[in-house]
Amino acid sequence: MTASSPILRVIDLQVSYYTEAGRALALDRVSLELYPGEKLGMVGESGCGKSTMALAMMRMIKPPGRIEGGKVFVGDTELTALPEEQMRRARLSLISYIPQGAMNSLNPVLRIETQMRDAIQEHRPEMSKAEIQERIYHALESVELRRSVARMYPHELSGGMKQRVCIAIGILLGPKVIIADEPTSALDVVTQRQVMETLGRVQQQLGSAVILIGHDMGLMAQFVDKVAVMYAGKFTEISPVRDMFTHPLHPYARALIESLPTLDNKGVFKGIPGLAPSLIRRPSGCAFHPRCAYAMEICRSVTPALERLPSGRFVACHLYDREGNVVNAELKTAG
Amino acid sequence: MTPLLEFRNVTKIYTKGLLSRAATTALDDVSLKIEDDQPTILTIAGESGSGKTTLAMLLLGFIAPTHGQILYKGNDITRLQGEAKTNFRREVQAVFQDPFAVFNPFYPVDHLLSVPIEKFKLARNRREARDKIDEALNAVGLRPEDVLGRFPHQLSGGQRQRINVARALLLKPRLLVADEPVSMVDASLRATILESLRNLNREYGISIIYITHDLTTAYHVAHSIIVLYRGSVMEAGSIDRVIREPQHPYTRLLIDSIPWPDINRKWGQTEIVAREQEHGSIETGCKFASRCPFAMDKCRQAPPPLYRVAPEQAASCYLYDAQPVVARERLSEVLPVS
Repeated sequence: MTASSPILRVIDLQVSYYTEAGRALALDRVSLELYPGEKLGMVGESGCGKSTMALAMMRMIKPPGRIEGGKVFVGDTELTALPEEQMRRARLSLISYIPQGAMNSLNPVLRIETQMRDAIQEHRPEMSKAEIQERIYHALESVELRRSVARMYPHELSGGMKQRVCIAIGILLGPKVIIADEPTSALDVVTQRQVMETLGRVQQQLGSAVILIGHDMGLMAQFVDKVAVMYAGKFTEISPVRDMFTHPLHPYARALIESLPTLDNKGVFKGIPGLAPSLIRRPSGCAFHPRCAYAMEICRSVTPALERLPSGRFVACHLYDREGNVVNAELKTAG
Repeated sequence: MTPLLEFRNVTKIYTKGLLSRAATTALDDVSLKIEDDQPTILTIAGESGSGKTTLAMLLLGFIAPTHGQILYKGNDITRLQGEAKTNFRREVQAVFQDPFAVFNPFYPVDHLLSVPIEKFKLARNRREARDKIDEALNAVGLRPEDVLGRFPHQLSGGQRQRINVARALLLKPRLLVADEPVSMVDASLRATILESLRNLNREYGISIIYITHDLTTAYHVAHSIIVLYRGSVMEAGSIDRVIREPQHPYTRLLIDSIPWPDINRKWGQTEIVAREQEHGSIETGCKFASRCPFAMDKCRQAPPPLYRVAPEQAASCYLYDAQPVVARERLSEVLPVS
């Protein structure tokens, strides 16, 4: 496979949760492409659908949630068409998921190596004991843990070490796509930097694509190449990280960037007014229009599509025409 | 004038069981003062295990210090009785990290606001009570009609956390302890909550002790900062000095590791010596010595005193031993109040 073909393709993926209050459309026909070696950040408020998207790509959505449509490809393999047994094998070997608070998912009564061996044997029953051992050591060393960690139990490790063990498990079988859902939210900043640097290095060695999910924009600025901003189950903007931080297009992305505390805007507090929308009773038209300072008449009735601009950026907003030019004079002056 | 709050050489040691000799010094000889007439926002910063929450628990009187004293308006808080105790309970309020855990899911959120009014007899009748609740909610930027009568699960984390701030405000406190108040709230809502905190300080003259591991928000809201590492003060001073020109090797590492949401300010290159390299046996010297790239022999022998590296900055590090020493009891002298 050449670097010019995407390693991950998500096409019109749709997920709903069926609750007593009604159907919540958590992911609304979302599409995405990712190339080998790319690092994408997926950001948005809690409940915007970012974790749902990760789980849907892994086919790990549980009732009352349901994948209602769409396709997910890793390379040439269509995950959404695989029988359950093959999908189970695809997890970890093609696509792996490091969940939020992953370090709490380690089994407290098993040694680290036992848990890692289980994962390998499940996928590669033909592998010899010596090969397995070698692979475990290799994975631990690639996240900068000593070989002796293999013999330890989770409680003997610090939070940062446990998190790195989880990354080691995630990369054991050299997956093409790694999804990390807030992998450092429970860690302090120094450990966080260490874990993220580890993840970045391992990802480069493997040449895999990474999706980093979270709402820490600081982490995104430091780690990813591209940022996708999600709102109410849809992408509002996907841009290279520098463009996103210096010149966000979508009003929601702009509000999000402006709400951030940096070293240069001390004492300026700019929250986003209003509340995240209910997924059961979504606003008509563009879901952001009730909170948008630039909302026009059309925004109330017509949902804007995610358009690819000539610059390669994607934005879903009526303020821009297909060329990416601003059609609303007010935003032009504000920008 | 008697300070509002004073920590006098406070140490807290947790022991493990009766027979074990293993003990953890959660807070090691910390002194600080908050003056009554100069409302300020002081940040206590540190990683997990730095003792910052222990400091909050001590301050609220939930646990007692092993050595030293905590004085509120000149009285030892472990010995408060009667009216003085009630006043302390009313005047020192707290906002905690988890905006979900403090609500009783069976009551509308009004409950959280009306209980303190009854308990401290703040209103003579229902009408007056309602006025007070409205005023407190308005002060934190909530419309009473949006939140009253609703159940906790019907509100967002940001709204709930602002109700917690409103509850504290209702009691007209002198001091507010905010322990990681925004760490569980979405980034887009953090700004609003921090702004409410700052307004409480500015408009109501309430002093705030802001406990956090997040130096970006601390930088924006606080006047001064104390950086703790494994129970000891590493560096303290004005927030601008400490964040922009950290002197202690630990603070430098910490600030170098902040993921600023700024594309032009990349993570530093300071090498990280992992925490697992720490050894329990070096308690005699500087607690950071085992991870410190500049560690010298004397660092392992005795803990360094605080050196005054700038008029409003002190660092506990032998690299600055040419500077004058600040006695630990006088730490507050390097902390600006505004």
